[in-house]
Amino acid sequence: MTEKQGLYDPAYEHDACGMGFVAHIHGVRSRDVVDKSLELLRNLSHRSAVAADACTGDGAGILLQVPHAFLRRVCGPLGISLPDAGSYGVGTLFLPSRRADRLICERMVEAAVAGEGCSVLGWRDVPVDDSVLSGPTRRARPAMRQIFVAQMGVGQMGVGREVDTSSSFEISLYVIRRRIEAALREIPGSDCYVASFSSRTLVYKGMLRPDQLARFYEDLRDPDLASAIALVHSRFSTNTFPSWRLAHPYRFLCHNGEINTLRGNLSWMRVREAIMSSARFGGRLAALLPVCGENQSDSASLDNALELLTLAGRPLAHAMAMLIPEAWEGHTTMSPERRAFYEYHASLMEPWDGPAAVAFTDGRQVAAVLDRNGLRPARYVVTSDDLVVLASEAGAVAIPVENVRAKGRLEPGKMLVVNTTQGRILDDEALKTELASVRPYGRWVAEQRINLAELVAKNGANELQLRDERDARGQLQVARSETEHDDRTLSLQLLQRAFGYTADELKMVLGPMADAGEEPAGSMGNDTPLAVLSRRPQLLSSYFRQLFAQVTNPAIDPIREQLVMSLAINLGPQSNLLDETAEHAKQLRIAQPVLTEQAMSAVRGVTDPTLRAVTLPALFPIASGIDALELAVDDLCRAATRAIADGCGILILSDRGISADQAPIPSPLAVAAVHHHLIREGLRWRVSLIAETGEAREVSHLALLVAYGASAVHPYLALETVAAMARPEATGDKPHGAAAQERYVKALGKGLLKIMSKMGISTLQSYCGAQLWEAVGLSTALVDRHFAGTPSRVGGIGMELIAHETLRRHSDAFDTASITTRLDPGGEYQYRVQGEHHNWNPMTIAKLQHATRSDSYSTFKEFSQLANDETRRQSTLRGLLDFVERDPVPLDEVEPASAITRRFCTGAMSFGSLGKEAHETLAIAMNRLGGRSNSGEGGEDPARFGTDRNSAIKQVASARFGVTAEYLVNAAELQIKIAQGAKPGEGGQLPGHKVDAVIARTRHSMPGVTLISPPPHHDIYSIEDLAQLIYDLKAISPAAAISVKLVAEAGVGTVAAGVAKARADLILISGDSGGTGASPLSSIMRAGSPWELGLAETQQTLVINGLRGRVRLQTDGQLKTGRDVVVAALLGADEFGFATAPLIVEGCVMMRKCHLNTCPVGIATQDPELRARFTGQPEHVVNYFFFIAEEVRELMARLGFRTMDEMIGRTDMLRALPSSDNAKAATLDLSALLHLATPASRARTDSVARRHVRLRVDHSEEDGGLNGRLVELAQPALERGERVKETLPITNSDRAVGATLSGEIARRYGDTGLPEETISFRFTGSAGQSFGAFAARGLSLELEGEANDYVGKGLSGGRLIVRHPRSAQFIPDQTVLIGNTVLYGATSGEAYFAGVAGERFGVRNSGAIAVVEGVGDHGCEYMTGGTVVVLGRTGRNFGAGMSGGIAFVLDEFGEFEHGGQCNTGMVELAHVTDRGELELLRRLVEQHARYTGSARAKRELGRWERAQRLFVAVVPTEYRKALERRADADAATAARRGLVIGEIGSARHG
Amino acid sequence: MADPKGFLTLRRAIPGRQAVEDRVRHWREFYGPVPEAAVRTQAARCMDCGVPFCQGDSGCPVRNIIPEWNGLVQRGEWREALESLQATNNFPELTGRLCPAPCESACVLGLVNEPVAIRHVEQTIADRGFAEGWVVPRPPRRNSGFKVAVVGSGPAGLAAAQQLRRAGHTVVVFEKNERVGGLLRYGIPEFKLEKSVLDLRLTQLEAEGVRFRTGIDVGEDITAQELRAEFDAVCVATGAGAARDLDVPGRPLEGVHLAMDFLTSQNRRLAGDAFTETVSDARDRRVVIIGGGDTGSDCAGTCVRQGARSVRQFELLPQPPAGRAPTTPWPLWPMQLRTSHAHEEGCDREWSVATTAFSGEDGRVQRIHAARLERQVFADGHTDYARLPGTDFELEADLVLLAMGFTGPVKSRLLVDLAVQLDGRGSIATDGAHRTSVPGVFAAGDAHRGASLIVWAIREGRDAADSIDSWLRAG
Repeated sequence: MTEKQGLYDPAYEHDACGMGFVAHIHGVRSRDVVDKSLELLRNLSHRSAVAADACTGDGAGILLQVPHAFLRRVCGPLGISLPDAGSYGVGTLFLPSRRADRLICERMVEAAVAGEGCSVLGWRDVPVDDSVLSGPTRRARPAMRQIFVAQMGVGQMGVGREVDTSSSFEISLYVIRRRIEAALREIPGSDCYVASFSSRTLVYKGMLRPDQLARFYEDLRDPDLASAIALVHSRFSTNTFPSWRLAHPYRFLCHNGEINTLRGNLSWMRVREAIMSSARFGGRLAALLPVCGENQSDSASLDNALELLTLAGRPLAHAMAMLIPEAWEGHTTMSPERRAFYEYHASLMEPWDGPAAVAFTDGRQVAAVLDRNGLRPARYVVTSDDLVVLASEAGAVAIPVENVRAKGRLEPGKMLVVNTTQGRILDDEALKTELASVRPYGRWVAEQRINLAELVAKNGANELQLRDERDARGQLQVARSETEHDDRTLSLQLLQRAFGYTADELKMVLGPMADAGEEPAGSMGNDTPLAVLSRRPQLLSSYFRQLFAQVTNPAIDPIREQLVMSLAINLGPQSNLLDETAEHAKQLRIAQPVLTEQAMSAVRGVTDPTLRAVTLPALFPIASGIDALELAVDDLCRAATRAIADGCGILILSDRGISADQAPIPSPLAVAAVHHHLIREGLRWRVSLIAETGEAREVSHLALLVAYGASAVHPYLALETVAAMARPEATGDKPHGAAAQERYVKALGKGLLKIMSKMGISTLQSYCGAQLWEAVGLSTALVDRHFAGTPSRVGGIGMELIAHETLRRHSDAFDTASITTRLDPGGEYQYRVQGEHHNWNPMTIAKLQHATRSDSYSTFKEFSQLANDETRRQSTLRGLLDFVERDPVPLDEVEPASAITRRFCTGAMSFGSLGKEAHETLAIAMNRLGGRSNSGEGGEDPARFGTDRNSAIKQVASARFGVTAEYLVNAAELQIKIAQGAKPGEGGQLPGHKVDAVIARTRHSMPGVTLISPPPHHDIYSIEDLAQLIYDLKAISPAAAISVKLVAEAGVGTVAAGVAKARADLILISGDSGGTGASPLSSIMRAGSPWELGLAETQQTLVINGLRGRVRLQTDGQLKTGRDVVVAALLGADEFGFATAPLIVEGCVMMRKCHLNTCPVGIATQDPELRARFTGQPEHVVNYFFFIAEEVRELMARLGFRTMDEMIGRTDMLRALPSSDNAKAATLDLSALLHLATPASRARTDSVARRHVRLRVDHSEEDGGLNGRLVELAQPALERGERVKETLPITNSDRAVGATLSGEIARRYGDTGLPEETISFRFTGSAGQSFGAFAARGLSLELEGEANDYVGKGLSGGRLIVRHPRSAQFIPDQTVLIGNTVLYGATSGEAYFAGVAGERFGVRNSGAIAVVEGVGDHGCEYMTGGTVVVLGRTGRNFGAGMSGGIAFVLDEFGEFEHGGQCNTGMVELAHVTDRGELELLRRLVEQHARYTGSARAKRELGRWERAQRLFVAVVPTEYRKALERRADADAATAARRGLVIGEIGSARHG
Repeated sequence: MADPKGFLTLRRAIPGRQAVEDRVRHWREFYGPVPEAAVRTQAARCMDCGVPFCQGDSGCPVRNIIPEWNGLVQRGEWREALESLQATNNFPELTGRLCPAPCESACVLGLVNEPVAIRHVEQTIADRGFAEGWVVPRPPRRNSGFKVAVVGSGPAGLAAAQQLRRAGHTVVVFEKNERVGGLLRYGIPEFKLEKSVLDLRLTQLEAEGVRFRTGIDVGEDITAQELRAEFDAVCVATGAGAARDLDVPGRPLEGVHLAMDFLTSQNRRLAGDAFTETVSDARDRRVVIIGGGDTGSDCAGTCVRQGARSVRQFELLPQPPAGRAPTTPWPLWPMQLRTSHAHEEGCDREWSVATTAFSGEDGRVQRIHAARLERQVFADGHTDYARLPGTDFELEADLVLLAMGFTGPVKSRLLVDLAVQLDGRGSIATDGAHRTSVPGVFAAGDAHRGASLIVWAIREGRDAADSIDSWLRAG
């Protein structure tokens, strides 16, 4: 592995993969199982990746039962005589290739074996074939050896006898391995790794491609190699450095996914180690710790945890159910016993949260589990010869359909266990019932657990009385004199000032939260300085930025998918993880972490001694000089230790006592310092932390406290502020204090869920301590001590300056002679001349407009002087950089401006966020310049295609608005928006009242119907999914460059490396400061990091990986001037994006009101009256970009560059400016930013540029050629409209079948396509992912067999028919047929599926018609149009976020209507009574029967009278109202029928 | 904002002026009363901009947080609005009456519609504050022990004094006239600012502990040395009283006066103080005012009220365009034709006119001689206005008022003795923090800035007070 350097840190690396297992139910070992698993692995090759050299694999591996017969045979000649199966252990070791080093390691290993009372039977060289490896891989290849170990006495006798082959020997082997690993830690740089060490399982793995695995390991080709269980895994990682150990499987598991909460899980595991004990391990426990090693992958850590829990005695499945529990908190129909099981275990451990499909085994049982969200696919088959095959994709192992006994898919949170010793398969229900009945978990919880809500209710009477008194008091005060009113205001204000509250915050943040119960939205990004560059005192929280998920795991929608979310958390000490007793449940449960005053008094009132709460003041004396804060923090930590020694279960860190002499310790510091101190002391398990603080008020403040260890927060001053603001006399009809507080707390809760879900985290318990923040501007010393593990890459301020800022606030409150009655204006959210600095201010805005409108370069220079001067006030990182001067070149030798403007783009702003005029003006200007404008995510009017108003870049975002075949083929660049700077990790919402007829048309929806953009792309939950989407887009639009938009955060570089390996042509790194039409304020201000950091990290990572030459790099985020462009180029950017500045050129005056549709200059509005005021001209925009290009040229001449290419990545031409008058800025260290990276491997870099793109890399996919063949076959239809009909075989590696042909159709005929059934293809087999993606009108694809995920993605008018083979032995309408996320973003067309679909069927469908016989969870999510008929069961959360279209569900058992399967947040349920609707239904079912031959459909048609009564119609309320508006009120239902029928008609005859 | 689109539906309205024939018969302010609801409606037109240009470089010099109090007024929270306004502006009742409102010409709504009636809202808040008794003294919580002298009691001096007192210092304001107020009291006609308004504010200052010593000409009655000895710091806010004169034949004739002498005389008369009769009376006279600015306009209004036979105003520059000139795009202060109330009241304006001489008999002026000007480009490329041959004309005039602006502070004994350095324009030179070349001596207002707006004087006074406070605390 390459070491940490510059901004690159290997710790950020991610991986994902394909995985699966093959097992014989009765444990019959065979070569066949191994063969099938290797076949499975090979057929998942497209889910793995290769490095820049196109040869080095990211990793592949296999885990088998110890193949006794084989090993005995090969060991014999080596003089190793193996005892009976099970009575010896095999270790697979990766050893140093240098013999001397290897011997050291081997002697150490042997010593460890002896130390555990075992003997070494012998060593074996694992035979390998190096010739399959690429150069770098070969050079990095370790020596592979197996060691054979027996219990003392067994081996020597050389005869087999019955020994205890059960767990005790396995534990010995575990202890040996841990001792080896511990010893290895003592040998620095030792290149030794234990892949497996067990009497039951054996691992072969390495830095290999799936097809290389068996070619490399000769053992895997041996006919005698037999196993009843085989786990396989192919890896797709973001890095490319030879690392053999990172391949899966680990000792117990292989994992497709990512543990988002890893940092917290590891911390809490460390915490619990202090109280671990187990009779099984006895005194050897110490040798097992730490449970999880540092610097290893999330999967390896999960493996460690599973291993510990299992070997300590918990059944395998039980242990996994603790680590990855299903979503039980919001599950309404779960059995009480099962709920109790989870509830009990929540006291023991927080979930390891994140996308996961895990296959795991102890060599006897083999199992698989899916995370609570079902974010990874897992399909399985049970054969009639007792094999179970489970894999990331269906069809990965060819099994004749006659042999298939049953098929299925793993559902969210569900587990499947094959017990080979008992010879049975346990499904989730059976398994969990069994687990839940082992102990009386329910009774334990009931007897031990204290519920805070109950306590508060118990105090009810007192409570009410208290409130009455308070209210009475309040009124009294109102009635009394003005002076008293003043005094009260003043004392509150004194506190507010001391904690730095501003008028801005009250007006823009707290007020709206208390009024509406939600976090407020804002617009136009953030142009204020970084906290560390601000000259105003900043809260410590402001130095932290939220991390968020991008590409490698998805964000969650906490509103629409609330059922997986939970804010509940337990307070109190923890117990021995390796045991379970009733006392383990003794904790205080709180439903959410924001505690009111009443809740706090209840917490303080808990009498149980183990849960006693102790309050520690978090204050420091102002008079004690600059060390006071540091000393006070140390004191606080010592006080925490003492309090624990005195016995308490809850520590309240409180800044309540501030006074003229005492200032508050910044609350994140107090919490994190105590948290880390107690971890270091091994005491953390004894207490939970509560922060009682006046400082926390924004959502992000709360989240930060929880992320650094607080289980709960009492934001007393914010609560008081909110109550005071709600004074009735001040605000008229607004309700009184308590109600306002309630809404405020609700808003905080929602906001917390949002921040968690951004990172893909579902439960607060897992978020607590997870530290998912990045520090920008804090010193490494401070971070290492108190925020250990947090990335902080440019250094920054330490304790002294933190204390200084706190004291500035304190003195503002306590140390002024003047009685001020106003809070500081703040000016963070709205410009205030006396407030925070903004780069866009009246002066810069006016100058830019004057310059571009009068085409005056000299005025532009005044602007850029100002903007750069502003920058030199050092409010951004680039403002701290200066150029290294060298010999200039004459200006006329520098490449012309027109060569530079080609590198400019405008930002993704949708038609919808912008008005028509503003949007098209940008497109015209950019087309004139040879640059590119961006459609944004709202689709585009087809009338613009092929004209000068066409957007060269078309965006593909999570909602897929208007993403049709025609849209896709009309782009020079297709941009996959993973995240946007203003709100990375979040979705969006265009409220119905803003969706007018034109917007509705371009977004393929209906006027008045709300349009929701989901937080994630539902076809990108991982890096291999992204690769699939890129593949799909290249398939339909081969000429378009594919770009991927990411947002800067710590670790973005490694994500970008993965994206490059996923074959993107262009990567955009957006800064955190970018504009937006609407985003929660805390996201605008506190998520993501500056582009300088993200760009530099990406450049460095790509260069180190040798990937830079393959991909163009673009950056954006408040770029304004030629200087900005030059700095970005020197840091590594090929291209540059601008959004805010061109809008200002168009006339934007930064109202920051885009989200209100009231833009007075007619830019960000659809209102025709306002749009009439638009004064922007393409010429102005052209002027602006030429001005910039000119300025770039001047700088290039000065710096001696003739071409941009020469300049890109030359960080040696930048230097940090000497520190200014800004003491905070002077603490920064930019050396990591300016690190000049070099490729880690010299191989092949001669052909690819090191610093920037030199050649257009051919990224076209090598595939089976099926897509190309379809185009060839369809020529007669394409050219002459003749009918074409063919039958072809298909396999799971044939992906996006039909997309290329659809692109051809769309290019020729647009979305109108061809007449129905002009082209018909019929396939047999298992289709790969994205079958029928973007299928165009006139194309009909029929599949007999099965299909994987993303069937009919973006369906554009075509027809899809999928059915099981006629010869199937299983019940077709109850068997899974197609995968997850089917018809995602479909805009029109028809689909008939005679079988069951996976999760998220029809997600974001806006016009397709589909019939299916069963769907998983989240069916029809975010649907805005079209019709879906489900002839069978649905999963949970059906219709979440569904704002349009209709679904009919055949509810045979009443569970849909009455079982809570449907999310009725936006939809209404009704029986189908309207005659027209019934006719429609019947016709769709008839068509389904006709196309698919569905037995189910025929059966229902045969008893239609009964069937039609069982249908439940799911109709979105808004949609119904829109329909009613559209038609006569009386004819509403007729209209509804008419619409649907009309859609069918157009699908058929269009 | 209750209605985020209020700016689209609501129209700008400002209080109507009393009919000309009525208002010229008295000296009082002449704007009609406006109902509360109407003012709230005007405030509701404010768009609460993300970047309020009214606060920007071309906007309000005292940095009033205009959107904040517009929002408060719109919701009827008048007292809160007053607090907000007073936090940035010591004398909103004065700026509400007298400010030319650069905030309004920078108002974003002005881009697409008529700007918000900011000044009127401001005045209403301030007047209501006094009427409700909300304008209360805010004495400091504790005394610093430092003593500061403020020389001059115009708006800059008063603002500095109030700020310094509130910061806990002992403040003494020196005024050479017998009443406090400087230009506010003596220069601004009563019909633009009733002096009772000023007196109310002075009551607050006195209650806060500001001490006034009137009738003392510092530098003469107290020497600079004495002043320095008694006070820890001195703030010079003596204004820019040196008027620009017109050096043409006939200037010494009786009846040719400086505008400020004329205005002062009228104010003194109304106050019942001693005044110079000959200077103050325009009754039955044919008046020519030279200078097209605000002072000229004030003279015109005064003359009309005094019963002048005719009033005519000469301006050197050509007539500006009716709308915003392209050279001054939004949000800059626009070059454009401005018509004041005085022009409604009967004052003719002549543009591009240069006065060449006065003539008369018996030492009294009877005629004014003038010529037309034209913009010319000279050989070296610079442009200037030059007399157009053959355009000479003359006009009967028996009162001529010179309202041609001010050249800077009067070179008083005080300035000489303090030995502060002056800048190129003859104003008191300071660093960025109002510190003069003499440690402990600060300057604020027109004396430092040159003749400017009242609102700038207030800003200067506040900034100087801040600077003095920091300097004193730093020891």
